Amino acid sequence: MWAAMWAAPLLLVAAEVAMAAAQTPAELQTRSLAATCAACHGTDGNAVVSSATPRLAGLDKDTFLREMREFRAGARPATVMQQIAKGFTDAQTERLAEYFAGQK
Amino acid sequence: MHRPSDWPSILQDRNNSRSDRLPAPMNRRAVVRSLVLGSATAAAPACFGPWRRTSAAKVVVVGGGYGGATAAKYLRLLSNGTLDVVLIEPAPQFISAPLSNLVVGGLMQLADLTVSYEGLRRRHGVTLIHDRVTSIDAVGRSVSLGAGGSLRYDKLVLAPGIEPMWGAIEGLETAHAQGQILQAWTAGPDTTGLHAQLTAMRDGGVFAIVIPETPYRCPPAPYERASLAAAYLLQYKPKSKVLVLDANQDVVAMPGLFKEAWRDLYAGMLEYRNHCKATSVDGATGTVRFEVADDVTADVLNVLPPVRAGGLAVQTGLANVNSRWCEVDFLSFESKLAKHIHILGDSIQAAPQMPKSGHMANAHAKVAAAAIVAELQGWPLDPAPMLTNTCYSYVSATEVIHSAAVYGYHAEERTFKPVAGAGGVSPRRSVSEAQFATAWAHNIWADMLG
Repeated sequence: MWAAMWAAPLLLVAAEVAMAAAQTPAELQTRSLAATCAACHGTDGNAVVSSATPRLAGLDKDTFLREMREFRAGARPATVMQQIAKGFTDAQTERLAEYFAGQK
Repeated sequence: MHRPSDWPSILQDRNNSRSDRLPAPMNRRAVVRSLVLGSATAAAPACFGPWRRTSAAKVVVVGGGYGGATAAKYLRLLSNGTLDVVLIEPAPQFISAPLSNLVVGGLMQLADLTVSYEGLRRRHGVTLIHDRVTSIDAVGRSVSLGAGGSLRYDKLVLAPGIEPMWGAIEGLETAHAQGQILQAWTAGPDTTGLHAQLTAMRDGGVFAIVIPETPYRCPPAPYERASLAAAYLLQYKPKSKVLVLDANQDVVAMPGLFKEAWRDLYAGMLEYRNHCKATSVDGATGTVRFEVADDVTADVLNVLPPVRAGGLAVQTGLANVNSRWCEVDFLSFESKLAKHIHILGDSIQAAPQMPKSGHMANAHAKVAAAAIVAELQGWPLDPAPMLTNTCYSYVSATEVIHSAAVYGYHAEERTFKPVAGAGGVSPRRSVSEAQFATAWAHNIWADMLG
């Protein structure tokens, strides 16, 4: 019985997924990009309580961009972030800034 | 929140809290019962079958480590809850291998590194099955469970970790089974056992760690372990020695930082020898023999055998590179051998300069999860996925070093490459990095399981 139910037609599967997922391919890609920060800064930038790495969720976009610029220039003291910030292009950093600014 | 229309009615009471609407974690017996009896006889949510909705796409994730647990959570997150996700993992709780050298050194307990899988169920609607997968039918798209029965999938995520290649070092499997020579390469009883061996060792004894050739899981880990064993012995048994016997030409991760710490902190106690490739051990006498180097006898021997992809991947024929590692398409982490099977973490044939680490497995999982969501929608895959990695290593009870990198997908070569100019290591060991090491651990555990 279960085997028969699991073999649901793929068309139906696709329809359900398409209906339910209210996001665009670009939004999915930005979420995936932002997830590269999550291991150290928490899922969607929500770091755990009393974390030495800061929370990014809700961070003002201009602040995020300025800090990333300063990390890249070596002007902002850091242990890891000067090395990580240089790994992202300006366009990627802009997408990250916008994404985290929109998180709660 | 999206509420599927075809959930069993027992779960549709809108007055229930969200956690009440989700199926309870299923033990093997419950799964078997549901497989045998079907939902008609279900008296409780746990018995209506592992899948929550018949019409949603089904993803089975095998293995609840850094890769698999992250994949399960992010498949639910990135699909906005529209995929049904089952995580199959035999262990009742997650125990982190990163930081477990602190347990070897007596600075932490395994309990400090243990996290429940419950958050995946309660907060993210992942169905947990505590069992082993015994085989995969890649054509029929199903996995068989140790308790019997099978589960069909639309997509399978395989994160089986590593298994030791016991045969590479004669006598090791027996010596390990008898508790004489531990490896502690996954966190658990071996980890506490190794610490117990250190505490039982006489002052003036020798602790020797034997390191395999790369690639192996977590490149800095053996050197961190040697450092923390030395820190422990320096404090409690200062006449003792630590021998680091390395099959490689040199320390393979952060060599400058490790050697500087060893010179500054453990001079006269810790000795490093390269080109020490172990061929056999004798557990009774604590002796290890090498291809070229002289035999070594130690009071506590920690011999790390070469490793390969977890047994399920090897047995399924997915470990196509030297019969050790699984080749994947780096845009989606789909196996190059089997459609609809995505493989993550330590078991893959990594791109050059991509270490086998928990952080990398976490990063693989997110790329794979996004690719699966996109593919099931009929969308093109992200053409430029990114990965980050940071590995922290303790060189003493209080001081830490790190290695960091950012990787971008290189379309022509179809692989990940470190972004030029990014990444690097600590300028020097520091106490301040210890607080980032623990922040990393708590944040990544929450990112996987919270």
